[in-house]
Amino acid sequence: MPLLQTIDVTKSYGAYKALDKVSIEVERQSIFGLLGPNGAGKTTLIRIINTISAKDSGEVLLDGKKITPADTRLIGYLPEERGLYKKMKVGEQAMYLAQLKGMSKQDAFKNLKEWFEKFEIGSWWNRKVEELSKGMQQKVQFIVTVVHRPKLLIFDEPFSGFDPINVNLLKDEIWQLRDEGATIIFSTHNMASVEELCDHIALINNSRMILSGEIHEIVNRYKSHIFEVTYSSPKEILLNGEGFELLSNEKVNGNFVSRIKIKEDRSSNELLQLLIRQAEITGFKEVLPSINDIFIREVNKNKHE
Amino acid sequence: MIFLSGKSIKINMNKTLLIIKREYLSRVRKKSFVIMTILGPLLMAATVILPAYLADWSEATKKRIAVLDETGWFEGKFKNQENITFYYIYDDLETGKEKTIQQKGDMLLYIRRTELSVPTNAELFSTVQPGLNVTAYIRSVMKKVTENKKLLASGIDPEIIKSSKVDINLITYRINEEGVEKKSNTEVEVGLAIFAGILIYFFIFMFGAQVLKGVMEEKSSRIVEVIISSVKPFQLMTGKIVGIAMVGLTQFILWIILTMVFLGIFQTGIIGGNISEKMMQIGQTEQIMSQGPQTETVGLDKLALVKDIIEGINFKVMIFSFIFYFLGGYLLYASLFAAIGGAVDQDADTQQFMFPVSLPLIFSVMMTGVIINQPDSSLSVWLSLFPFTSPVIMMMRIPFGVPLWQVWTSAGLLILGFIGTTWLAAKIYRTGILMYGKKVNYAEIWKWLKNKS
Repeated sequence: MPLLQTIDVTKSYGAYKALDKVSIEVERQSIFGLLGPNGAGKTTLIRIINTISAKDSGEVLLDGKKITPADTRLIGYLPEERGLYKKMKVGEQAMYLAQLKGMSKQDAFKNLKEWFEKFEIGSWWNRKVEELSKGMQQKVQFIVTVVHRPKLLIFDEPFSGFDPINVNLLKDEIWQLRDEGATIIFSTHNMASVEELCDHIALINNSRMILSGEIHEIVNRYKSHIFEVTYSSPKEILLNGEGFELLSNEKVNGNFVSRIKIKEDRSSNELLQLLIRQAEITGFKEVLPSINDIFIREVNKNKHE
Repeated sequence: MIFLSGKSIKINMNKTLLIIKREYLSRVRKKSFVIMTILGPLLMAATVILPAYLADWSEATKKRIAVLDETGWFEGKFKNQENITFYYIYDDLETGKEKTIQQKGDMLLYIRRTELSVPTNAELFSTVQPGLNVTAYIRSVMKKVTENKKLLASGIDPEIIKSSKVDINLITYRINEEGVEKKSNTEVEVGLAIFAGILIYFFIFMFGAQVLKGVMEEKSSRIVEVIISSVKPFQLMTGKIVGIAMVGLTQFILWIILTMVFLGIFQTGIIGGNISEKMMQIGQTEQIMSQGPQTETVGLDKLALVKDIIEGINFKVMIFSFIFYFLGGYLLYASLFAAIGGAVDQDADTQQFMFPVSLPLIFSVMMTGVIINQPDSSLSVWLSLFPFTSPVIMMMRIPFGVPLWQVWTSAGLLILGFIGTTWLAAKIYRTGILMYGKKVNYAEIWKWLKNKS
């Protein structure tokens, strides 16, 4: 049973349909990428999962049961629009937010201190938030999202506001949290991080889910059977025989780099056999579409329909 | 969701309490709160004490007055007073000035000879401002002497006039519902009514504005979505409103306590005497000025009467109704202010909503004159029942006495009123706090009201 399931979730604001029958399944201990252009409905879906907004119809199930406001203590949510009380002291504020999630005072204090040490901001406990740099505020924000050890973590554009060093720190933490048992939903329109982090993705566009599944499966689904071959040879290779099509061929640093498309009835091994006889192969790999390519393709396809 | 278990209700209560605690402590710890709490009572105590203190201080210096009476009418009539000593000289004006003012620094009272009528003119020469008590005493003595002489000249014995003088002392009694008579005095009541009405207006506005500011701060600092992922927007809104109400109550109660403490300190420490005695002396001076020395005893009676009236003001009722109408009026307006804070993005946008919402409150204060003139007119009664105006108007009416049924109706309507505005505000608030970068107008808000969260 998946940890979180939405079934035909629909939401309208007046005449505007923000979500139209969106169904997703988030497996336990996985990282789930919720992708889509701005205004697609990602944040609306996340708010419905957090019981911040009410759905018009459909179901949201957590652990197989209908989600209730009391379940929010099992969720850690880092909103895209996030911030802290500027005039409040960092430690006091973290304590307040942790207790609002239902932690006891002692428990909150102990865990927060650990996290503060881990992120090397322990000495900032008694400083006001406004004295902190943007990056440090983001660290505090991350800590208060995860400190109550939620089963489900929802990050909406988590890396905005972080420098590259802290982005890596955060990625490591996200993986560690997953390995320790958390399930993570990760909403973004930044595709580069998706391929690296996510196990599953769902693509939302114009209030509808247009694509979902395991990330490798999707990439496979969209691959166009193109292989890139690097070889050294005095002359260009010949693709005599049906089933192989030379798309491009260029000389890079004394080597040839060719892109070859395989027709459906042939395999990559057959191509290799053909090539080995003609030249010395130094590289052979399948050209896979990036999530970014798939995203753009699908969004555009949707637009034309 | 409707059938909440006992446990989840408890958790929700605890969370609301956490919010109330944060809102309360973050404000009470502020320097501005501490300063206001001390400065307010200091000012109030000062307005009571200062006149008495100043009068005492100006009277403390003894004055000597030389009397140069060319008419001879006032020989021996000026008697030494507590701080004034009189002596008579018989030189001409220039020599007299030389001897008294320039050599001794005394004052000189010069009554010029007059051929035709009674002496009604006098001149007082002095290097310093003579002070009210001096001029009042001189005037009253001269008035008495000349009047008596004129009466005698007309063949009337001044004693007859004196014995026939009637002092009309109108004491108004108010009979309450139990038929108990109580002395009342409209001047005291008017003062109290204005004070209470304006104070409650300031309290509602001051703490209502804090709610507005607090909500806007949460929205603009973008913490609001973090918090409502843990609690319901309604909990956040009510937690803030209740927390700030408690700040207001704390301030009010501290003001009462500190005002009394400061009064005590001033009384014993600075003046070293009983305040009411000093107040009586001021009263006496006023009496001398208006009625002449023979009515001094009446002045004392009147002071006793004022004391009676102040004791007759039911401070318990005043304080209790102030707290009730402050809370009721504050809850009514603060929830609307919270809705405005949630709806708008920028300070500049608040104006278009703040003005119409606070209009009834401003109107109430503008009605002060009308209410205190006729506290029982049907207009006054209706305004004191209508929840948007009742906090200020009812506080103005209470010192004059209000029939119990009106108080209960007004209180009931006010409670219904703030439940209504809170319900309405919650709907606007929960949609508004998640809206960024959208120019909000009334049509937009109307749409939010119809939306399901």
